Amino acid sequence: MNVIVCIKQVPDTNEVRLNPETGTLIRDGVPSIINPDDKAGLEAALRLKDQYGAKVTVLTMGPPQADLALREALAMGADEAYLVTDRAFGGADTWATSSTIASALKRFDYDLIVTGRQAIDGDTAQVGPQIAEHLGLVNISYAEEIKIDGEYIKVKRQYEDRYHIIRAKLPCLITALAELNQPRYMTPGGVYGAYREREIGVLTRADLDVDDANIGLKGSPTRVFKSFTKAVKGKGTVVTMDASESAEWLAEKLQEKFIL
Amino acid sequence: MSVEGYKGVYIFVEQVEGKINGVAYELIGKGKELAKPLNTEVTAVLLGHGIRELPKKLARYGADKVIVVDDPALETYMTEPYTKALAEVVRAYKPDIVLYGATAIGRDMAPRVSARVHTGLTADCTGLEIQEGTNDLMMTRPAFGGNIMATILCSNHRPQMATVRPGVMQRISAIEGAECPVEEFKVAGLAESQNVEILEIIKKVSEKMDIMDAKVLVSGGRGMGCPENYALLEELADALGGTISSSRAGVDAGWQPKDRQVGQTGKTVRPNLYIACGISGAIQHLAGMEESDVIIAINKDASAPIFEVADFGVVGDALKIVPLLTEAVKKVQAVKANA
Repeated sequence: MNVIVCIKQVPDTNEVRLNPETGTLIRDGVPSIINPDDKAGLEAALRLKDQYGAKVTVLTMGPPQADLALREALAMGADEAYLVTDRAFGGADTWATSSTIASALKRFDYDLIVTGRQAIDGDTAQVGPQIAEHLGLVNISYAEEIKIDGEYIKVKRQYEDRYHIIRAKLPCLITALAELNQPRYMTPGGVYGAYREREIGVLTRADLDVDDANIGLKGSPTRVFKSFTKAVKGKGTVVTMDASESAEWLAEKLQEKFIL
Repeated sequence: MSVEGYKGVYIFVEQVEGKINGVAYELIGKGKELAKPLNTEVTAVLLGHGIRELPKKLARYGADKVIVVDDPALETYMTEPYTKALAEVVRAYKPDIVLYGATAIGRDMAPRVSARVHTGLTADCTGLEIQEGTNDLMMTRPAFGGNIMATILCSNHRPQMATVRPGVMQRISAIEGAECPVEEFKVAGLAESQNVEILEIIKKVSEKMDIMDAKVLVSGGRGMGCPENYALLEELADALGGTISSSRAGVDAGWQPKDRQVGQTGKTVRPNLYIACGISGAIQHLAGMEESDVIIAINKDASAPIFEVADFGVVGDALKIVPLLTEAVKKVQAVKANA
């Protein structure tokens, strides 16, 4: 069984802070991590390796430094890693990204493709389903539990107020939720191999059978027109008093606002 | 591609078991605003089975027209038949704009539709307006976990498509007795397109009010210390006729279920009153509640970012202040009841 996990290297947005004076992002010192939903997807794939001896391949599209995310995946136990990288892919929106990744995936044999539901820097949740569409595959989004059953996969698919237990024939694509599992740590031996010995496959523009009209900035239907920091709402009144005075003060304010 | 000949604002109406998701009404409300400068109409697209009574409701909230695809294969949501049906509607009617709720259904189906009809899709928009001159749709959304906002254009492809989170746009007041034309649209091959099997449907049970419907939310975070302390918040919420919610920290700690979570990865709320107790106010949390009419924050840390958005802030221990506030609220209510 061949499982391919698509991962993305992202800045840890929980660590991004705003400079209160300038209102700009402070990106210095923000660590790069494997996107949490993707890491859960990788863990799910590694469990299929533990259980059924599945071969786990990780793939990412990004700049050369995304290599680090792939090495972390190797150190966790992935068998092979590929970096899809080329200047021609730069500036891609979700449409062009998914079209590029789909064309890279066509080079591989797969029974199951796993992506994270969404990346914490973009939060779009689009690339997984779009890859599936470009490949003509079934996709099951928001997977909270998965089980392989012969040539089928059974997925517990999350909705706001319910779950669907869905059965689909392989091959298919699932998008994983961070709730799927607790990802394992890298092993010392894994780290040694991943950072010293193992090789990362590189796929560039020339390796992919894809139309120039469907990659990079040129292949992106959407463009960023402008970006800005949100106007902060005017600060209200903040007081420090003892607990009972505070409670009385708040009750007064609620009356002033006609809530009480 | 040519963008000529695409016209109208279309809203995908999500329904589950015959119940319309409220975000559809919100999108129709927004759609009417967008339709005005474009001099066009708002069309609601309803997919499902046995749903013939629903178009009337859509008319009351401002739909100028409803397109219905009624088919047994659309009874329960599955990605492929829904994608196929909506993509066929898009191909046949050529809308200028299509809006979806950013729900677990909308965020699954809209990307597939966008890939299929080859157009862009902007996720989780918080602002939509028509650009003067070009008449293009300006789609504004948070990025980097809500740290910055980006305005996106899809100038050379049609339809321009966006998902919008529930609770962000406002519906119009229902117009009683409003009616609109309803058109049936047939899509062939929907049953054959079903490529998965739903073995079971498990409903999550929550006896509490949905936090998106609450007029008053009393919300707890890491500062609550333990799940038991949420009982203090329940009492205050009960006194104010509201319900409780939580920051991500409270949900990740297992103190509150996921459906109580306010914020970027939870729900967007805009109650009349939001009381943040022991919540520091990470930007992801603020993104989910800063549109509330009145915000009260109680936190030990005077430098907590929650105070930046609070109308009234108290530096202190929520565990001590909340019970006293509940008492004070009850006292005022008792006085008013006797007046």
